Amino acid sequence: MPSTTINPTRMELTRLKGRLKTAQRGHKLLKDKRDELMKQFMDVVRENRALRQRVEEGLLQAHRAFTVAAALMSPEMLEQALLYPKQHVELEMTFQNVMSVNVPHYEFHTQSQDAGEVYPYGFAQTSGELDDAVNALSQVMQDMLRLAEAEKASQLLAQEIERTRRRVNALEYVKIPQMEENIHYISMKLDENERANTIRLMKVKDLLLKENIEARRRQTAQALRAFCEHSDAARPT
Amino acid sequence: MYRIGVIGDRDSVLGFQALGLEVCPADSAEAARQALHRMAKEGFAILYLTEQLAAQLGPELALYQEELTPAIILIPGKEGSLGIGMANVKNAVERAVGADIL
Repeated sequence: MPSTTINPTRMELTRLKGRLKTAQRGHKLLKDKRDELMKQFMDVVRENRALRQRVEEGLLQAHRAFTVAAALMSPEMLEQALLYPKQHVELEMTFQNVMSVNVPHYEFHTQSQDAGEVYPYGFAQTSGELDDAVNALSQVMQDMLRLAEAEKASQLLAQEIERTRRRVNALEYVKIPQMEENIHYISMKLDENERANTIRLMKVKDLLLKENIEARRRQTAQALRAFCEHSDAARPT
Repeated sequence: MYRIGVIGDRDSVLGFQALGLEVCPADSAEAARQALHRMAKEGFAILYLTEQLAAQLGPELALYQEELTPAIILIPGKEGSLGIGMANVKNAVERAVGADIL
């Protein structure tokens, strides 16, 4: 039995058949979308993992160098040395469309291209370890940026894949079977109606026939009787 | 034009200042939360956040996960990596695929 009450009419049947066709088409498209998204996602996530490993390693190294530098210099000196940066980073963000998911793409330029420009302090009053630390950080910066890109992309893609998978499953296991059941129910009901109609017609025809036969029989009997009486009267006595 | 921000304890983030990123030192979870919301509103495209602080900001981070900006990226602080960043990558895979297949 269908879960909701539906009208077993021909119009409803046509409507449902149309909907089923659309649902099946949508299901196929969504399934393709899910598969393609999954493919893209696996690429992104692999890159993400590799980058994260690299960045974490690089940052650990930089922190180590910083700790040494902080031990050699007074905190005030350290802060003063780094307080006013020479470099300035500018970030451009564009969007890439991956299977209708907008994924950010970052482009960054530093104000000056000279690698030596990252040190915002004079070398006289700072220790060499600080140079190492800043250098290590600037090395890892490019990877950090790509990590941001990959990580955001993987988050957004994961979300979209989850949503698409839910839709695919809802169509496949709930919507389409339900519609098929309803269509089956309506067509059965309509067939049943048609059979009932035929039977009713046959019955009516039987009834009419019986009446006709009855009437004809009465007529014959009457005619026979009349004939008998007539012949009796005509016979010479 | 977008900006890049770094939130974390003073010692972990000081170095980023030299690179020209905008640094916001935060010593407590509360300060980090405020900085996070403020910077998210101010048009930062990328926010780097130390894992030590991120561990205490779970729900706030989930809020921004679905947004296009800012991308909140966890980095290890000076105490080293807590493995939250890697766990997040795993989570994304599990969410998408249904199982951890990497």
